[in-house]
Amino acid sequence: MKTVSSLLDSHWYERYKRISTLNIRSSIYDVTNRCNLRCKGCFFFSSGEDKAAGEETDLAKWTAFLDAEKQRGVNLAILIGGEPTLCLDRVEQFYRRMPTYCATNGLIKVPRDRFPDMMVGISLWGDEEDEKRLRGKNTFLVSSKNYEGDPHTYYLYTITPKQIGRTEKVIRKIGDAGLKVHMQLLSNDEGVNGFSWRDGELSDLCTEMDEMLDAYPDTVISSKYYHKVITTGRMLDRTFGWQECPSVTEPLDTRNPQPRRLIRFIRWASDLQTMHRCCTSATRDCATCKDGAAHMSWIMVNKRAHMRSSEDLQNWIEVYEMFAKLYQFLPW
Amino acid sequence: MQQELTLQEVVEGVAQIIIDELKLEDVTPQTFDPDLDLVDEVGVDSMDLATVALVLQDEYGIAIDEDDYPKLKTIHLIAEYVLQRAPVNN
Ligand code: SF4
Repeated sequence: MKTVSSLLDSHWYERYKRISTLNIRSSIYDVTNRCNLRCKGCFFFSSGEDKAAGEETDLAKWTAFLDAEKQRGVNLAILIGGEPTLCLDRVEQFYRRMPTYCATNGLIKVPRDRFPDMMVGISLWGDEEDEKRLRGKNTFLVSSKNYEGDPHTYYLYTITPKQIGRTEKVIRKIGDAGLKVHMQLLSNDEGVNGFSWRDGELSDLCTEMDEMLDAYPDTVISSKYYHKVITTGRMLDRTFGWQECPSVTEPLDTRNPQPRRLIRFIRWASDLQTMHRCCTSATRDCATCKDGAAHMSWIMVNKRAHMRSSEDLQNWIEVYEMFAKLYQFLPW
Repeated sequence: MQQELTLQEVVEGVAQIIIDELKLEDVTPQTFDPDLDLVDEVGVDSMDLATVALVLQDEYGIAIDEDDYPKLKTIHLIAEYVLQRAPVNN
C-alpha cells in the first residue's frame, strides 16, 4: 500500500499536511435573480434559472435559512446570482455566519467597511473587444478601479476561443491593477457564433495558460495540472461528464453508482427552497461542460486516485492549494 | 449469548472494512499498521470516512456521529471507539 509519506519528500509532505485536514464543505447560493448586465453566454439567464424560482425578500427568512445551512455543516458559502451586490443585506447575512465568497461583475463595489475580508471574485470575459461583444460594455474599466489593489479580490477570467494568443495583455492589466487572476473556460451555452471550441484550440490554450502561470506567478492563481484537466476533460484515465461530476446537488443526485462527490453540496435558488441540478447551468450538456469549479472539485475529491505516483499526488496538492487560495483557506 | 469482542478482533475487522471499502492494494488486516494516520498517510478523506462509517454501523450496530470523524484518525482509535459503543460489549 502506498502511503503519503512514501510518495512525498518533506517539503511536499508539509504542503500536504497544510491542506489535508481542511474539510471544506461548500454550497452555492443564488442571492438574487436580477443582474445589472445581461451577458451573452451567461448560464444563469440562458438556462432560465432566473425564472426557476421566485426571490425571497424577507431578510429574516434568509437568516433562519443560513442558520440551518450552518447546522447542515456548510463552512463555505459561494454566492452567485444574478448579481449578489444588488442585495448586500442578504450577502451580509452570509458573511456574518461563515466564510463567504462573492462572485460579481465588479460594477458595484463591495463596501469594505461592511465586508472587510470577504473574498470577491470578479467575472471577466476577455479583453475590451470580447467584453463589449458578449457583455455590452468593457466592465474591466469600472471593476479594476473599484477594486484596485484589494487583497481579497481576484478576477475570474473566462477564456473564450477568441482569447487564444491574447491572454497575456489581459493578465498584465490585472497585475498592473494590483489584483490576482484565476482562469476558466467558456462553455458557450448560448451558442454565440465563433465562441465554441474547435479542434486543437484547447491544447493551444493549455500551453498558453501554462506560459502565463510561468510568466506571472505572482498574478496567476492556477496549476498546470488544472490546465491540463480542464482543457482535455481527462483526469488520470477517466473522462469528465455526468457520471463523474462531483458538483451535483446532493438531494437531487440519483446516480447509481455514486461517483466521488462534494459532500452535502447544494446549489440553492434565491427562494431558498428550490435546488438547481448542479453548480452551473441545468440545461448544459455535461459532455461539453467546461465548468472550472466542477473540474477543480473533480480532482480534489479524487485524492486517493492520485496516490499512484509522486507526480500525481503533487499535482493533486497543487490543485487543492489553488482552491484553498481562491477561497482564502490559505494565503495567496 | 454473543461473545465479547476483543480489541485485536475489532482492529482486524476495521482494517478489513477499510481495505475493502477503499479498495486498498498490497495490504492485509494483519499487515495494516493500526497506528498509521489514515488522513495524513493513507489519504483518507471525509467521503471515505462516511463510507467506512456506514459499514461499521452495520457490522457492529453502532452509530457514528459525524462530529467524531476527526477523532477517528487510526484503525486503533476507530476500534476503541467501536468497542466502547458496540452493543455486545455493553
Ligand atoms: S453541467 Fe457540468 S457541472 Fe453541471 S452536472 Fe453537468 S458536468 Fe456537472
